[in-house]
Amino acid sequence: MKNLLKQDKTYASVLIALAAVTLIIPFCNLISSVDSPLHFSAYSVSLIGKYLCFALLGLSLDMVWGYAGILVLGQGAFFALGGYAMGMYLMRQIGTRGVYGNPELPDFMVFLNWSELPWYWLGFENFGFAMLMVFLAPGILAFVFGWLAFRSRVTGVYLSIITQALTYALLLAFFRNEMGFGGNNGLTDFKEILGFNIQSEAVRSMLLLLSGLSLIGALLLCRWIVNSKLGRVVTAIRDQESRVRFLGYRVELFKLWVFVFAAMLAGLAGALYVPQVGIINPSEFSPLNSLEIVIWVAVGGRGTLYGAIIGAVLVNYAKSVLTGLMPDAWLFCLGGAFILVTLLLPDGIVGLLRRRIKSKSLDLSLEGEPT
Amino acid sequence: MTTNHAKNDFKTLPLPEHTAGPVRRNGGVFKSLLSLARAAIWALFLLTFSANLAAQTGDDLPQPLEQLRLGSMAEREQAIEQLAEDSRNLKLLQALQDGQLMDWKAESRLVIASESAKGYNLRDPFDGKAVLADVERDAVGKLNLTNKLRSVLRKAIGGLQLNADSADMRLEAVKAIAKDADDKALQLLRKRLEKERDAAVLAAIQEALWLQDLNGDDKPARLAAITALKNINNQDAYNRLRELAEPDAEADPEVAEQARSAVKKIESRLQNYAAIETVFFGLSLGAVLVLASIGLAITFGVMGVINMAHGELMMLGAYTTYVMQQLLPEYLGTALIISIPMAFLVAALVGVIIERGIIRFLYGRPLETLLATFGVSLFLQQSVRSIFSPLNRSVSTPDWMSGSWQINDFLSLTWNRFYILIFCLLVFTALLQILKRTKLGLEVRAVAQNRGMARAMGIPTARVDAMTFGLGSGIAGVAGVALSQITNVGPNLGQAYIVDSFMVVVFGGVGNLFGTLVAGFSLGIANKFLEPYAGAVLAKILVLVFIILFIQKKPRGLFPQKGRAADG
Repeated sequence: MKNLLKQDKTYASVLIALAAVTLIIPFCNLISSVDSPLHFSAYSVSLIGKYLCFALLGLSLDMVWGYAGILVLGQGAFFALGGYAMGMYLMRQIGTRGVYGNPELPDFMVFLNWSELPWYWLGFENFGFAMLMVFLAPGILAFVFGWLAFRSRVTGVYLSIITQALTYALLLAFFRNEMGFGGNNGLTDFKEILGFNIQSEAVRSMLLLLSGLSLIGALLLCRWIVNSKLGRVVTAIRDQESRVRFLGYRVELFKLWVFVFAAMLAGLAGALYVPQVGIINPSEFSPLNSLEIVIWVAVGGRGTLYGAIIGAVLVNYAKSVLTGLMPDAWLFCLGGAFILVTLLLPDGIVGLLRRRIKSKSLDLSLEGEPT
Repeated sequence: MTTNHAKNDFKTLPLPEHTAGPVRRNGGVFKSLLSLARAAIWALFLLTFSANLAAQTGDDLPQPLEQLRLGSMAEREQAIEQLAEDSRNLKLLQALQDGQLMDWKAESRLVIASESAKGYNLRDPFDGKAVLADVERDAVGKLNLTNKLRSVLRKAIGGLQLNADSADMRLEAVKAIAKDADDKALQLLRKRLEKERDAAVLAAIQEALWLQDLNGDDKPARLAAITALKNINNQDAYNRLRELAEPDAEADPEVAEQARSAVKKIESRLQNYAAIETVFFGLSLGAVLVLASIGLAITFGVMGVINMAHGELMMLGAYTTYVMQQLLPEYLGTALIISIPMAFLVAALVGVIIERGIIRFLYGRPLETLLATFGVSLFLQQSVRSIFSPLNRSVSTPDWMSGSWQINDFLSLTWNRFYILIFCLLVFTALLQILKRTKLGLEVRAVAQNRGMARAMGIPTARVDAMTFGLGSGIAGVAGVALSQITNVGPNLGQAYIVDSFMVVVFGGVGNLFGTLVAGFSLGIANKFLEPYAGAVLAKILVLVFIILFIQKKPRGLFPQKGRAADG
């Protein structure tokens, strides 16, 4: 670990910054009272918590896009599935405190005149089971989809487009009331998590702490994976797929492994995200959301892991500021970011920083990395 | 008769010249004959004149008019029936039906009144043209009608129109009479049946009579009517037969049995019509998909460029239509037709700018192209939102495109979908011809097949790239014009179609225009056939899932490219 930190200073500083945010904010809120200047408001706590979840999501996409070279335009689908799994647990915790006071059925099911819980809702009152599903639901979808796709060697743009079709199909499906996931409104109005009030400050701080720790853990894990033999094979596949196959590696299995792992990470991000924002609805499946994830990673710099985290936080911070100041300008900026980053900054901000450091001795041209 | 006269004239007219001598000799006789003829003509003239005079001012017409003007409801009914016997009163009765026939208080007579700036413009009740006066609003009184009078009036007008010259008008009249036919109306219809020559009117009269027979007591006539009606596509007949086919609705078992078999026969026909309709809906949806994706088939299929802004180029086309209609609010149809080339130009221009400004730096890097063009799409969306507001704009449909083609009571096809189907085929053919026969098309194909070799042969590849992209984009704009006629024109128009159109291109096989056509139509039809069973949304999901699985099985689509180009 010490070796790693020495090798890459940016990586080290990102890790330290994350640890600082993760630990300081909950600690400050724990020791200080509401009026003290050290205290972070509920709004900023949940905002920072949200950024950390997005960073985790960006990290998951960087694993699959930056290292395996698979541009997934449907990463948001896995995020939303994880979120729905968490939302289902939270819905079951509402119990009789819903508008209709039904101990078994969530409000929207009572509203639709359903008499009993659908089979796929069974078990979600158990936190352990729900946590398992947070990983399994996106993981199984990714496994089936990836197994079919990689086995028949669907690659490049085709794969990107069918992942977009996948999330689009899920969007349409989850909008249907008959699906039993709350239709248009999704799942909301949560009361408590593991017996604690979900609105309380302590729980919010705790969720932020958990998100931060998950992100740090995921970053370390990803770093370990990409530096392992497995990670090196995956990177080789990104650069020269046929050559790796001719060397005797089962390319599709390596890709599938990374794809499923990234989907599970995205699911975890979704599960942490939902209790902090208090709602999950089908719009999380929209293709635009998944494309935004891509731009986080592209802005930050793909294939670096921490680049994705920097990109996710920066782009989302810009989004919060701009949508507040000039709602009309946000899409112009997002669109402009897509164009500028692909044309001028193929390695993102991280690439720019690295180049600055190196360019004192080397004269590098603005050449893009081959895909 | 007339030919006979002419022959006689021919023989007799030259006679005076041949017999010039005798006439001169017997001049007195001729003169007296001439004066006799003159007197006869005068007499005839006077007679007809007075007859005309009698018709207009005589005693028998004003009386029903007075009854109509002042009488009780029963007297008015009588008056209408009396007036209905003379076809010259048609205008007057129609005016009464429309509430335009009014009592001109000052002159104590009936007039046709139409609203004018001052109050009412009064015209002659018989010809409806000769202007009598312009009066204040309270100078005239309305004639009130009861429901009973209205029905009497409708039949009276129908009876008069039944003998009209235009076949369309007669058809209308038959339908009006058949609606609530009594014995008198049936008599009218039977009489007309003998004289009628127009096939459509004849059929309509027949159907009305059979329907009456069905309701009568005469059993053989009823059975005959059922046999006849089961081969006819008439909503009323179907409804009536279904009533009869209900258990216990009909006392006579034989009639009930016949009615049941007739209903079965009609229903089997209805199923066929439903199938035809589904295929038509599918084709029209397919036409929309094909229109949305053939531009993409050029940019993605031929050039290999992923243009995520394709949907937004369609949106630009739709907004061009909107702007053209705003500029020419009086001529909506013309504006629509002008907007086809305009939309092509606008979208092609934007396309060329995108190609020159962004895409040309990214050739050979498809994933980056995808991201950059996605940025362009966001940019275009937000521009439109800022310029035209985020709300949907309404684009009107010209008269000749609205309404539907009523083939029979059970089958009607909407015109706008029909036109879009034709338009789609036209655009497709035009595009195919451009690629096959023009110099640009030749260059495009050459560059697509082997860029290096094409450049070596002296083809300016950079310019060809720009032109190709412009062509694909322009076609997207043209597709937008068509879309403006069937969906809302808003900033999100393009997004709704982008996933679908990529699916169509990939399903059909990249680089194959015919594949795109086949894929679009088959997906459209599949979608519409699934819809009744699964619902619109689920049908769409099923089709998407099908395509995702299909691509796993055949990654290069229905009609894959063969040879060296396939490896690119």
